[in-house]
Amino acid sequence: MHDTTGTKIFRITTITLLSIFTIVPIYVMVISGLKPLQDVQGAFSWWPSTLTIQPYIDMWKTVPLADYFVNSVIVSSVATVLSLIIAIFASYAISRYSFRGRTIFSTTVLSTQMLPGVLFLLPLFLIFVNINTNFGLQLVGTRTGLIITYLTFSLPFSIWMLAGYFNGIPRELDEAAKVDGCGPMRALFKVILPTARPGLVAVAIYSFMTSWGEVLFASVMTTDANRTLAVGLQLYSTQTNVYWNQIMAASVVVSIPIVIGFLLLQKNFVAGLTAGAVK
Amino acid sequence: MSAPTALKKSGPAAGAPKRRAGKPRRAGWWLPYALLAPAVVFELVIHVIPMVTGIWMSFLKLTKMFIANWGNAPFIGLKNYQVALDFDSAVGMGLLKSFGITVAFTILVVGLSWGLGMAAAVALQKAFKGRAIFRTLFLIPYALPMYAGVIAWKFMLQKDNGALNHFLFDNLGLPGDKPFWLIGDNAFLSVVIVAIWRLWPFAFLMLMAGLQSVPNDVYEASAVDGAKPLRQWWAITLPMLRPVNMVLVLVMFLWTFNDFNTPFVLFGGSQPPAGDLISFHIYNASFLTWNFGSGAAMSVLLLLFLLVVSGIYLLAMNRRKDNA
Repeated sequence: MHDTTGTKIFRITTITLLSIFTIVPIYVMVISGLKPLQDVQGAFSWWPSTLTIQPYIDMWKTVPLADYFVNSVIVSSVATVLSLIIAIFASYAISRYSFRGRTIFSTTVLSTQMLPGVLFLLPLFLIFVNINTNFGLQLVGTRTGLIITYLTFSLPFSIWMLAGYFNGIPRELDEAAKVDGCGPMRALFKVILPTARPGLVAVAIYSFMTSWGEVLFASVMTTDANRTLAVGLQLYSTQTNVYWNQIMAASVVVSIPIVIGFLLLQKNFVAGLTAGAVK
Repeated sequence: MSAPTALKKSGPAAGAPKRRAGKPRRAGWWLPYALLAPAVVFELVIHVIPMVTGIWMSFLKLTKMFIANWGNAPFIGLKNYQVALDFDSAVGMGLLKSFGITVAFTILVVGLSWGLGMAAAVALQKAFKGRAIFRTLFLIPYALPMYAGVIAWKFMLQKDNGALNHFLFDNLGLPGDKPFWLIGDNAFLSVVIVAIWRLWPFAFLMLMAGLQSVPNDVYEASAVDGAKPLRQWWAITLPMLRPVNMVLVLVMFLWTFNDFNTPFVLFGGSQPPAGDLISFHIYNASFLTWNFGSGAAMSVLLLLFLLVVSGIYLLAMNRRKDNA
């Protein structure tokens, strides 16, 4: 089938405009991170007066960025792994067994995904404060506390995505394993999990990405001790000087691991995320 | 955070066989419960208990004085709701305004993100040289940690040292003074554009995957019949994408309506009135004045609204499916 002139114009215009829309902020971020301070304080320029990597050196001292980085890595990784493990068992049960209470459990998990985070923020904050008052267990300002709040979005998501993924795996596979003498748990580990690997990867990336970018809980539940990048990055603006070049350099640094990870595993991610919706 | 997969399976246990009275339990009947136990425990801790607490909080006079020991906060019934819904009072007026702004924001962001995502998905539907590059490029705003992308926009939207004013006034030579983009009425436009920048790649991703399931010979057959591309899009593409669109629009609606991150990072701690989105409004109402009872009541109202809208949407969509 040949393209008409109309389709060609449509295609070229769409791609051009969207490329500009996409690239300009990324370009500004990257190029501004390579500018000396006086360049970002005056009128904007599309190219730096001198290219410098100084912002990439200074940014570690202006705010304790390395600490925030460590906090973000720990909190996001633990939240991801924890929700993945819990979700694997729960999704296996939902996908392979019919039992009393399944509907209630599934509906509850599904509906919590629709709720605004702010709804859980206030009560969780109060519960944490009370646990501290009554049991002396400090949760606000600790990584543990933050991990628990991150589960509010990563756990339901993981359960649903994995259940969808497991449903897509033919039952004949695990039934064959059972005929061969595998118990249900062996069937899960030997058959289901290896087959569902793209789904597991997709769920893990998605959980990690959302945790890494989380701002709402991080802004309330963190103090100096457990501050994540999401909040830490904003502290550059509270300095007497607004070091835009350092902010942009830091933005590049916090983005690199996640963007590379995403682009490498993009195919898995696309397949995993859309599996249920497209089927 | 919502999973697209999830919405397809809203009634999963419909075909589950019921255990009949008197019939002996199958061996291993407890297994699914054991598998589910950790998830149930965590669900209780992170969702069920906080939600019940939140609803309870909304009936309390939970001000600064009672936060450390909220068991002592006085019960005031529906008073918090009365204040939130009294549109003559400052609190109610603020909530109503914020609600209106959020509705407008949601319609614009979801509509335009869907449109851009659809345009890009259609433009990249057929293979051409370099398609993979654009496919990857368009996903980058979605892959970036959200605050990094929003901070880049925040820098671009600065009045004196931002890229946008530089482009408009220094490069294009517009006359007049450089405007503020992050305070005043322009703030609404700014937050809409930034939210679209973040969201449209998701629409693109979902629609692109949806288009792959449309067989090419349908297009070829219709082209033989003389159908123009626009008509093909209307008569073939759009109906074929219906299942994807159904989920996509609902998910984008919920994300956008609840969006806290974009205004919070873009505007910093104090949002301009024009960009006072509802999640941010509730957050400020709670944490700036430390009036948690009032904030909880607003949260519950928001929750009711989202449940009603989502419910109506799902019912309407299912009815249309049955009629089709």
